[in-house]
Amino acid sequence: MKNIIGRKAGMTTVFTADGRAVPATVIVAGPCTVVQRKTVDSDGYEAVALGFGDVKESRLTKAMKGLFKGAGVEPKRHIREFRADIEGAEVGQTITVEAFEPGDLVDVVGTSKGHGFSGGIKRWNFVGGGRSHGSMIHRQPGSGGDTNAGHTVRGSHRPGHFGVDRVTHQNLEVIRADTERNVLLVRGPVPGARNGLVLVSAAVRPPKQPRNAAKAEK
Amino acid sequence: MNVIDLVERDQLKESLPDVRTGDTVKVYSRVVEGGKERTQMFEGVVTARRGGGTNETLTVRRVSHGVGVEKSFLMHSPRLERIEIMKRGAVRRSRLYYLSEKIGKAARIKEKKATP
Repeated sequence: MKNIIGRKAGMTTVFTADGRAVPATVIVAGPCTVVQRKTVDSDGYEAVALGFGDVKESRLTKAMKGLFKGAGVEPKRHIREFRADIEGAEVGQTITVEAFEPGDLVDVVGTSKGHGFSGGIKRWNFVGGGRSHGSMIHRQPGSGGDTNAGHTVRGSHRPGHFGVDRVTHQNLEVIRADTERNVLLVRGPVPGARNGLVLVSAAVRPPKQPRNAAKAEK
Repeated sequence: MNVIDLVERDQLKESLPDVRTGDTVKVYSRVVEGGKERTQMFEGVVTARRGGGTNETLTVRRVSHGVGVEKSFLMHSPRLERIEIMKRGAVRRSRLYYLSEKIGKAARIKEKKATP
């Protein structure tokens, strides 16, 4: 089962075997415990709930205490459900970064950095107006749409709250899985700020053509 | 120690020559050309040394055929074979960016006297 919960530690540069320098995100992942196994019979759908990070028992609500007691596992701070690639997972089982291997493609879910209430330029990549020469329209969003319609089209891009969304990055390559330190190195950036919770699982939609196939032939 | 430092530590070279800004150095790096690998030498003045950990770089400047060329090397890259220090330079700045505006005699750097 290739699902794990972790924390983004930050980014660094890593050298590949052939000497190239690649950007990598360091994720401190696991060990996670399978806290609950949901089935069609019991919950109407199939899922596995993983727990990550220790927590004092006094911090838990009675409901959570009951859940952990029933499962017979140590209390965990974070619980997240995974619905793909869950065969063979049993309650109480421990999952570490050992499940991942260099070269694996993974999807990483994180919570994007908060930008507060942002204008169209930052939020939707609007171009904005001229900065000088008497432009008078600098960072305004421009037209709200057709006036004949009598209302603004729903879903049109406007200023508003930006960030703190669940974001998934697909098909990131695992560079290294360090079982000793519970560290996963993933190529490229991962959504969210440092110390943000991230979910790593096997890629649901790997590319049909292996990446770098053209390069390898050379 | 934080995790990133630990991850980087595996990748760092155990020893690097004590290269400083202003030094004249020869940098030997491996380049892949047409499927073959060979060692290339680049000689010039160190204008900057920046960054830390795996990201530490060395910028070397030379004037080649009348054109100023600056090349940055990742110091911990396995493709960087070795660095030879030819001359020690006496400079008062950590980054010699002013060199790009000087030509010929003005771009010289005084050699550091050997300390007893």
